[in-house]
Amino acid sequence: MNHEWPLFEVFVRAKRGLNHVHVGSLRAADHTMALHHARDLYTRRNEGVSIWVVRSDDVVSSGPDDKEPFFAPSGDKAYRHPTYYAIPDSVPHI
Amino acid sequence: MSFDDAYGALTDHDDDTRWAYGTGFADPLAGVPAAIPPGVDRAALAEYCLMLGDDALIMSHRLQQWVTLAPELEDEVAIANIALDLLGQARLLLTRAAEASADVAPAPAAASSAAAPAPVAASSAAGDAPVAASSAAGDASTGARGEDALAFGRGPAEFRNVQLVERADADFAHLVARLLAFATWRLAVLDRLRDTADPILAAVATKAVKELTYHREYAAHWVVRLGDGTDESHSRMQSAIDALWPLLAELDHEPSPLAPTTWRPEFNAILSQVLTAATVAEPAAAPAESSAAAPAESSAAAPAESSAADASLSTEAPDAVSAVDDAAEMSLPGATLPPTHRGGGGGGARAANFEISPLAESGRDGVHTPALAEILDEMQGLARSVPGGVW
Repeated sequence: MNHEWPLFEVFVRAKRGLNHVHVGSLRAADHTMALHHARDLYTRRNEGVSIWVVRSDDVVSSGPDDKEPFFAPSGDKAYRHPTYYAIPDSVPHI
Repeated sequence: MSFDDAYGALTDHDDDTRWAYGTGFADPLAGVPAAIPPGVDRAALAEYCLMLGDDALIMSHRLQQWVTLAPELEDEVAIANIALDLLGQARLLLTRAAEASADVAPAPAAASSAAAPAPVAASSAAGDAPVAASSAAGDASTGARGEDALAFGRGPAEFRNVQLVERADADFAHLVARLLAFATWRLAVLDRLRDTADPILAAVATKAVKELTYHREYAAHWVVRLGDGTDESHSRMQSAIDALWPLLAELDHEPSPLAPTTWRPEFNAILSQVLTAATVAEPAAAPAESSAAAPAESSAAAPAESSAADASLSTEAPDAVSAVDDAAEMSLPGATLPPTHRGGGGGGARAANFEISPLAESGRDGVHTPALAEILDEMQGLARSVPGGVW
């Protein structure tokens, strides 16, 4: 069957969560239907209290070709982590 | 300080132990006293719970039959969710019916299961003295057997559901049209039962109102999408409404003294608004009481009439309606979908046994179309072949 419905990405915020987490995708005719479908598909086991849906073709993504220039440069910069630094004994409460 | 408040949200909950996805389920009857108040007519309560429970049970079964047949996978899950909501309502209501009176239970001859008569007698004995019945394990198991005896041990003439719920659907448009009418009606009725005298029936109604609000919204959106869609989907939606219309007259035949009587204006208003948004015409042969209601059925007059009829709904009905209106105004990609492609062939054959009965022969009195017997053959097949079987 060759249907025309576009793809949507679904994000659900859990009860105790502070952020929406990507949980999957679905097809729907429009945003309203996508919200309904997301409710029916991804929150039926009491998972969430809030849903976002986003058209998949509205998501801009980094590609595999970007991997080296985007992410490799941060691989050797341990000093960006606080744990890199030794804390002097004279500094309390850290 | 605002800095602290941001983190305050982290502790904005009641219990912080072992929470995870999919936990935190609540029993809708938790804390509800199970004893039937002294002023409640037990027989009437049992009968009415049976009627409402049978409506939900049979409608649930018809919805379940659409699983694997729906036009889209997502809608299949949606329909299954709705069916499960209704099955849950049916279980609670049939259990309550069995608790309230032994008379509603099937005769021992009908239920060849040896287990069936025993729990009925037990609940009757417990009910004679309105003690503060605990909803402990003993009662729960009694209730479970009571609900099974009612669901699987009765013949068609003992079922009290309206004929609206038993009809087979010729295509998806027929299904959503029927679901719209059913959910709108049931929501209006149960909303008015939230403060009924029996605490269990009131608790079930309170739980069900939330579920039915979504059922109505789901169905209304599809009615609008199809009605305001392509020429093909519009004509199918129109024929679905035409087929639905004669079934609505029966809803006014409500023999139970516990049944609310003020649901009609809200029902007519909601249905009229959805059909207007869907650009579907109301059939000329209108449902009962239409001669009085028809002049007020313009979508403009409807909300005022609805909120006047029941102020408690004034916050709910406009939400559903505005959502529907939004859907109607959208330029729907849904116009290109083929949701009714199964209308012919097997689907048409399934509806062939659907006949309209005169109002005098209501499902509430045990008069049903042959469709109900078909449903029961399927639904009770296992229970009939293995009486009393458990696993």
